[in-house]
Amino acid sequence: MSDVLICAKGLSVGFPIGGGLFNKQVLKAVDNVSLDIKKGSFFGLVGESGSGKTTLGRALLKAAPITAGGAHYSDGEVDYDLEKITNDQLKDYRKRAQLIFQDPYAALSPRMTVRDIIAEPLEVMRLTKNRQETDARVREIAAKCRLNLEHLRRFPHAFSGGQRQRISIARALVSAPKFIVADESVAALDVSIQADVLNLLKQIQSDMGLTFMFISHDLSVVAHTCDHVAVMYLGRLVESAPTRKLFAAPRHPYTKALFSAIPSLDPDDRGSAQKLTGEIPSPTNQPSGCKFHTRCPFAIDHCKQVEPKLETDGTGHDVACHRWKELMAPQAA
Amino acid sequence: MTALIDVENLTLKFRTDEGLITAVDNVSFSLNKGEVMGLVGESGSGKSVTAKALMHLNARNAVYTPESKITLHTESGPVDVLSLKTPRELNIVRGGAVSMIFQEPMASFAPAITIGKQMVEQLQLHGDYTNESAKRWSIEMLDRVGISDPSKRFDQYAFELSGGMRQRAMIAMALSTQPKLLIADEPTTALDVTIQAQVIDLMKDLVAEFQMGIVFITHDLGVVAQTADKVNVMYLGRMIEEGPVREVIRNSKHPYTQGLLAALPKLDDLDSPLTPVPGDIPSPLERPSGCVFHTRCSKVVGDVCRITDPRDRKIDATHKVACHIYDEVPA
Repeated sequence: MSDVLICAKGLSVGFPIGGGLFNKQVLKAVDNVSLDIKKGSFFGLVGESGSGKTTLGRALLKAAPITAGGAHYSDGEVDYDLEKITNDQLKDYRKRAQLIFQDPYAALSPRMTVRDIIAEPLEVMRLTKNRQETDARVREIAAKCRLNLEHLRRFPHAFSGGQRQRISIARALVSAPKFIVADESVAALDVSIQADVLNLLKQIQSDMGLTFMFISHDLSVVAHTCDHVAVMYLGRLVESAPTRKLFAAPRHPYTKALFSAIPSLDPDDRGSAQKLTGEIPSPTNQPSGCKFHTRCPFAIDHCKQVEPKLETDGTGHDVACHRWKELMAPQAA
Repeated sequence: MTALIDVENLTLKFRTDEGLITAVDNVSFSLNKGEVMGLVGESGSGKSVTAKALMHLNARNAVYTPESKITLHTESGPVDVLSLKTPRELNIVRGGAVSMIFQEPMASFAPAITIGKQMVEQLQLHGDYTNESAKRWSIEMLDRVGISDPSKRFDQYAFELSGGMRQRAMIAMALSTQPKLLIADEPTTALDVTIQAQVIDLMKDLVAEFQMGIVFITHDLGVVAQTADKVNVMYLGRMIEEGPVREVIRNSKHPYTQGLLAALPKLDDLDSPLTPVPGDIPSPLERPSGCVFHTRCSKVVGDVCRITDPRDRKIDATHKVACHIYDEVPA
């Protein structure tokens, strides 16, 4: 039995946009992405807005249309090919794979009590036989997410951002999933509460043996929570490595630029950063060759013509750049 | 250094169905020309309300206590901001000498009016501009903030620009009237880190060029470290610590400031655990007695924290903290 829970091979997601009958255009939101997510890992996915992180996360939940390639889910009990999944299998997959949303203010219905919000997946998926069983399960999950019984009777408006996010987490966990996609789940929270929610997610993961895909644009948050990080740019995976390796020695110029853009806490360390100019190009009008060449300070003609492949170096540190070895050389010397 | 704005004993309450809610509690600070002040705190700490008070922009149910005083020093003499009433009088603090950049640039531009038209409108409100000269100046400002092809952008709508572009256009618009004071309310929070870095650089350049004072509201201490000269930390409407940026970040005194710094994920030390500030910020309806932070504080020294509101203690000439721990420290 392998220890890989999700295995994507050449996964692409496209959305048809505009155009007439004969010149239908396709927006490639995720383009030929291959990745393995190990069981029990905390897999981070990083990139700017528009890089396709969310779409990739949704494709793995079978909530976005897969247009090419495919992904496999195997947790030891079941084995699903997400591309050819049947309706019955999909129903079962929904129990096993869940999503936590970004905005805890928009994700909860204002007209349902917290108890009803958390119980809804159980009722919809018919996971419990009667009300007593549902209530017991809701209470158990609520306690895990540090919500008390008093909270269950109230409506979401009575809660602060951090508490709401804990309710969203409880709802995602109630069907006892194996795989959770957390899409910018702490982005809307204050730092003090962000730390609290991150600690909670980590604890739940180790208690329940879950596998997380953690989507974020905040590299310092990812560095603290994830075991493995993949960096996306315009629908492509540009670098993927175990967290410590990636943060110790990033190889792709884009990853390096993302690191240097993080505002330093040291007031005397101002403006030393290597700043990235311009913005991410529109996915409808993608550059040729390496997608990053329009903003890359090290781009050469070769980069404009040939798209680099994701190279594996055997240690699990993959990078898609023509020049990474050259660019790393001065540091090694 | 000449003073730009003085805030003294600002106390602001909101009249609501549930009674009077204290949003800002006896806050005083002053800002000089060309100085950047970072205003830090969690959501609900009163940062935005304080900033809006500088423009007398709070909702009609806001009640200022008689002791509250905000003085803006303009070329034509000091202006008592809170005594301004008519829209004509208020012009000076609303886009004239004071401008504001909001957090969500999409929500701050009218969606059905071109960027250019909005820029021209406010220029003509605050200055003596013809249609021609207003357009020329607007395009020049768009160019200054690094927007490519500004004459084309002038005729576009907000939805046609990307997030970073919109925020730049917002900055161009706020600066086009050449304000003396710029209030930036979380201007980079909705942006990606790469774009955030660009916007921060741009704002630093503009301060140097125009010699404005900036009140920079943010919850991101990293952004503060990169931009501000001095920092004021707020909690539940109280100013609990203030001082030069290096002092507050490297040598923070208040347990809350220390807590905020400990909760921040740090890149140079991946093994250090993230320590949240325990509990949630209390509802303003249930303001704790004594020190407002005592319900979440790990360093409560005794009943004094629950009973007495700490006054400001001076750590040194510029660094002040409101906390009972420092009672023994000779001022």
